[in-house]
Amino acid sequence: MEAKTKVIAAAMSVAAVSVVLSGCSGGGGSSASNGTAAITYWASNQGSSLDNDKQVLTPILKKFTDETGIKVNLEVIGWNDLQTRIQTAITSGQGPDVVNIGNTWGAAFQSTGAFVEFNDKNASAIGGLDRFVKTALDAGGAPGKTPTSVPLYGLAYGLYYNKALFDKAGLQPPTTWEELVTDAKQLTTGKQWGITLAAGSYTENIHFAFLTSAQNGGEFYDSSGKPTYDTPENVAGIKRYLDLMQTDKVANPADAQYDNAAQSAADLASGKAAMFLSQNNADTTLKADGMKPGDWGVVPLPAPSDAKAQISTFPAGINMSIFNYTKNLPEALKFVKYMTSTDVQSELAVPYSVLPVLSGAEAKFTTDADEAKVFMDAYQNRSKPLPQVASEGDFESTIGKGINNLFAQIATGKTVTDADISAMLDTAQQQVEAAG
Amino acid sequence: MSAIAPAHTSPESATGSGAPRRPPRRRGRAGWWLPYLLLLPAVVFELLVHIFPMVTGIWISFIKLTQQYLRNWSEAPFLGFGNYRVVVDVNGVVGKGLLNSFLITCAFTLLVVAISWVAGMAAAVALQRRFPGRGIFRTLFLIPYAIPIYAGIIAWKFMLQKDTGALNHLLFDTLHLPGEKPFWLIGGNAFWSLVIVAIWRLWPFAFLMLMAGLQSVPEDLYEASAVDGAKPFRQWRSITLPMLRPVNVVLVLVMFLWTFNDFNTPFVLFGKTAQPPAGDLISFHIYNASFLTFNFGYGSAMSVLLLIFLLIVTIAYLLFVNRRSKRA
Repeated sequence: MEAKTKVIAAAMSVAAVSVVLSGCSGGGGSSASNGTAAITYWASNQGSSLDNDKQVLTPILKKFTDETGIKVNLEVIGWNDLQTRIQTAITSGQGPDVVNIGNTWGAAFQSTGAFVEFNDKNASAIGGLDRFVKTALDAGGAPGKTPTSVPLYGLAYGLYYNKALFDKAGLQPPTTWEELVTDAKQLTTGKQWGITLAAGSYTENIHFAFLTSAQNGGEFYDSSGKPTYDTPENVAGIKRYLDLMQTDKVANPADAQYDNAAQSAADLASGKAAMFLSQNNADTTLKADGMKPGDWGVVPLPAPSDAKAQISTFPAGINMSIFNYTKNLPEALKFVKYMTSTDVQSELAVPYSVLPVLSGAEAKFTTDADEAKVFMDAYQNRSKPLPQVASEGDFESTIGKGINNLFAQIATGKTVTDADISAMLDTAQQQVEAAG
Repeated sequence: MSAIAPAHTSPESATGSGAPRRPPRRRGRAGWWLPYLLLLPAVVFELLVHIFPMVTGIWISFIKLTQQYLRNWSEAPFLGFGNYRVVVDVNGVVGKGLLNSFLITCAFTLLVVAISWVAGMAAAVALQRRFPGRGIFRTLFLIPYAIPIYAGIIAWKFMLQKDTGALNHLLFDTLHLPGEKPFWLIGGNAFWSLVIVAIWRLWPFAFLMLMAGLQSVPEDLYEASAVDGAKPFRQWRSITLPMLRPVNVVLVLVMFLWTFNDFNTPFVLFGKTAQPPAGDLISFHIYNASFLTFNFGYGSAMSVLLLIFLLIVTIAYLLFVNRRSKRA
């Protein structure tokens, strides 16, 4: 019996050792076989497809390799997977050296301590932080903390409209929320709808809930970072957004199944809807859907005439971060400096339809001067950052999914009242607090 | 196993005697390690694939593993039963959500297993006797089971769309049913869509198993009972059902476990983030608790509770059917 026990113990220890060994081979980065450094870069999906991104980025990365001798292994990751992939990299300590993140995730990732801080030394290695537009830099992390990400691409929300449909109805694009509703009602005719909403997309829903609430003077977090979801301003803001489908009946109830803004873009392009709320990179999608520049116009997301704040966007965008586990920090810093350089920024602005994040740079993503002006003005003067708290991701997913469900109720014939919105916000807040 | 038998028996048989003890013990020792060596790969892989992740999951259920601590699990505070207290507190939001999801899953499982079993049994019995074209029907019935899960469910997703789906087109454009086209993938109908798609996927498995079981029922029994005047329903109740009992015992258990744990159907049918409350199955609920809010402690506590529940149901079921078979 003793021998048997020993053997089992030995087998168990062998297994345990192999398990431990398999879990120990962490550490990111890689080295090219010829001895020069190589880094791995996870890019987010900015183009019309993952392949399109590869085509856009490959020549730019090749130029970097030619200049510095540092090889860059590129992987483009879709938005549905990016956050989970980053979490996995954080957990396992295995993954890329440099990564793109949505800037609204900045504060949450900052709190994990997984990314390299851009302290004085690292900031000067990438050419200084004062090169960046302040709004863009501030949006990527908690206030007062050393940034762990720097802006790469800037994005802002605006109201796209189909010029042909507006001309046909003899309408001017709206400048207030009331005009938006009146116009939309006039443009809703049988098979055509005044506005299209990605009402099944929790990210789009939370973004608009945030903006309409902000116009009403609502705050989702107090100054100490505690959630304050269920306020009359927030309820009124969300109700106004939901009422586009419920009371005003200017959005197709079938939109409740749209879980991707590209579906709404397609409706605008095909003339099924006259207006569409989107970030400026919709230009790329609209072109892919057959529209030509000039077929659409853009105005700032209108606020009610008695709005407390003229907010039309939050400073959205993509930031770059370096993982703490990297063994190639100098190379990674060089790469970040390169990607945020004036040349590369202006080269990428057109294929990705993005706003500049460097101070003093001009918008080059569109040839339409009016459109460029609307987005630049929104980004710089009419924006309010999303809550910069560690639980921002939970804030987006809980309220966003709550609004998905409210839209689903409206679409299936139920009436959503202020009390329902209030209850949804209360539930979301409890979920976020419980997850704390 | 017979190879190690001498190792057990020889030392005992030699107890008490002096010199003669040695030779048998040496013989027993020679090659004693071989069986263990042969078992070693299986043990290692079992540990790696099953035991280690399970133990890790149980451990995570006792710590506060949120996004903040992902980088270094060891820093995550130990909560004891803290996570469990939250997920079973039905007055709280998290517990209420879990209970709701559990009840939906129970209703879903009951409907899917019962209807799939009935459909599988009906088809198996219908195709029991030889007739021309039986092979074609057998193949046709098995198609849903042969199609890759994702492809099959995505096809349903297209068919269940409100404005462009084939189902509404058939009901309202072709058959001209009165009323407006309903939504199938959001609101209350989402539950029924889920049930229908899950049955479509599961019933061919019941059919396959029962058809295989029916092959072992001797034809003589049916002939003898027919001579005694038994009608088809009586034959089914008194011959088919009892003869298929061993198959049914396993089949129902397996179908229950698969259905209760079903993740693919809601995930593919509704998408990763757009799942309606009416289709909130428990595996998907746990996934959301873990990956959408990045609180792996709650997710793991829910998983452990699910594991315990399924173990209890399985043990109770097996005890019940074994006692019945002993009595019989």
